[in-house]
Amino acid sequence: MSAVIDTPAPSHAADDGRDRRPSFARLVGVELRKMADTKAGLWLLIVVAVVTVLVNAGVLIFGHRDDLGFTDLLQMSGIPQGFLLPVLAILLITQEWGQRTGLATFTLTPHRGRVVAAKLAAALGFVLGAFVIAVAIALVLTPLTGHGFDGVTANWLGRLFLGVVIGALQGFAFGALLLSTAFAIVTYFAAPMVLSIVASIWTSAGDKLAWVDFGSAQGVLFDPSSPSGTEWGHIVTTSLLWVALPLVIGIWRIRRSEVK
Amino acid sequence: MIKVENLTRTYGAFTAVKDVSFVARPGRVTGFLGPNGAGKSTTMRVMVGLTSPSSGSVTLNGKRYADLPNPGRHVGVLLDASAQHGGRTGREVLAIAAQTMGLPKTRVDEVLALVSLTPSEAKRRVKNYSLGMKQRLGIAHALLGDPEILILDEPANGLDPAGIRWMRGLLREYADRGGTVLLSSHLLTEVQLIADDIVMIGRGQIVAQGTASELVAGAGTYVRAVEKDELARAAAAEGLVLSPVGDGFRVDAEAVAIGRIAAKQQITLIELRPADGGLEDLFLELTADTQRETFTEGVTA
Repeated sequence: MSAVIDTPAPSHAADDGRDRRPSFARLVGVELRKMADTKAGLWLLIVVAVVTVLVNAGVLIFGHRDDLGFTDLLQMSGIPQGFLLPVLAILLITQEWGQRTGLATFTLTPHRGRVVAAKLAAALGFVLGAFVIAVAIALVLTPLTGHGFDGVTANWLGRLFLGVVIGALQGFAFGALLLSTAFAIVTYFAAPMVLSIVASIWTSAGDKLAWVDFGSAQGVLFDPSSPSGTEWGHIVTTSLLWVALPLVIGIWRIRRSEVK
Repeated sequence: MIKVENLTRTYGAFTAVKDVSFVARPGRVTGFLGPNGAGKSTTMRVMVGLTSPSSGSVTLNGKRYADLPNPGRHVGVLLDASAQHGGRTGREVLAIAAQTMGLPKTRVDEVLALVSLTPSEAKRRVKNYSLGMKQRLGIAHALLGDPEILILDEPANGLDPAGIRWMRGLLREYADRGGTVLLSSHLLTEVQLIADDIVMIGRGQIVAQGTASELVAGAGTYVRAVEKDELARAAAAEGLVLSPVGDGFRVDAEAVAIGRIAAKQQITLIELRPADGGLEDLFLELTADTQRETFTEGVTA
């Protein structure tokens, strides 16, 4: 906001933002909007919310209420969200290539790293939103259960959130690496399956495979009990391998490649 | 002003653009002309940073594109009108860009009106747009930030004759207000109607550039005769080379020289004039050896 009033107006009158770089917050806002303004994106957001509600309601109606508590409800929400949020994160990045909107996006913001960072922030925003919805639903429904808030700790809540975040980040990383919606989604779901099949066949290598088996390592985060030191180690190594590595390669590729 | 200096872009062994240099000036419409696959789009993508050059550079008003803080406010770009999310409405496409550039929402309505897209059309999803409507939306997108420079790749594609006329007026006015316009086309007549300056490219290299009138002036003489072969032979004897254009020839000589040869050899001329009938002859001639279709004498497709 400029307080100078009598600056001679250039040919472009009343123009303040002409030479101002769009702020990061604005780019994040644009990315959030771009997720919600298409049918596919909007429906995915609606499905995340609706399925979260349905799963909780279903558990209460068909399960044994007396055996349930806040932790079970939140874990239930984590299952569909664990599937859907990574897909959302994949879409955030791959739609620029699938729909070729990257041409407009990257000419308006030539620093592609900023765009990717804004998308990453938007993805985290959606994950946080979904988690808040899940917690809110669980809070509302918990009084109807037998176990109430047994076993709920800040640590456990944090681990749960970390689990959902890492899952979404993995989707994002696969999207950035592959730049194709279908390819990224298939790879995202197939890779852990292949690994667990390998693990079940090649039993002698079980201990070593635990350091690369993403699904098993991250699954521990959703357990009520605290992971052991080794399990934390597994979480770190598998995250480096399946999240950090594809993300770094993906960003490198996005920054260098030709946008057509 | 757009300044392209010694731009080269290679893909492995293939050279898409080779040592291209030209300048597009403010207040003028520069036509970037060439057959399909000549390197126009690659050059334009390099200008706006979507493709990195193998060597050489491009500056826009003295700055590299990547160094423009808010590039949409300085350079309006239309590279491919189809490259929009089909699920978004036309208005939403513009609204996203306006939000990115920090423009007020009213600007979206202004440019929609400018390109004659009605409010009801703007509410439709882009996948239901005709190519002409997509093209108008793309032009609106380029004009959104009220930039000083416009870079448009084949903007007339898909526009009907009335649309082309409208675009011509729009770009003319834009240049008259001091804007720099670079537009590409593979259709010479289109460029001829709009452009003040012409840059011709074939197989990645500039084959001719100058003002439209300069390029016409160097076009020589156009001649048509009943006895084509005899004319060609007689002219060759005088040291003149006839290059086939349409069903006649273009030759670098005064009309009078050709007339004398014809009179001496009793050749029946049906047409003899300065080759100013259009840049078409020049275009076809300049790009004849770079085109996929070989241009054969006397054969009309």
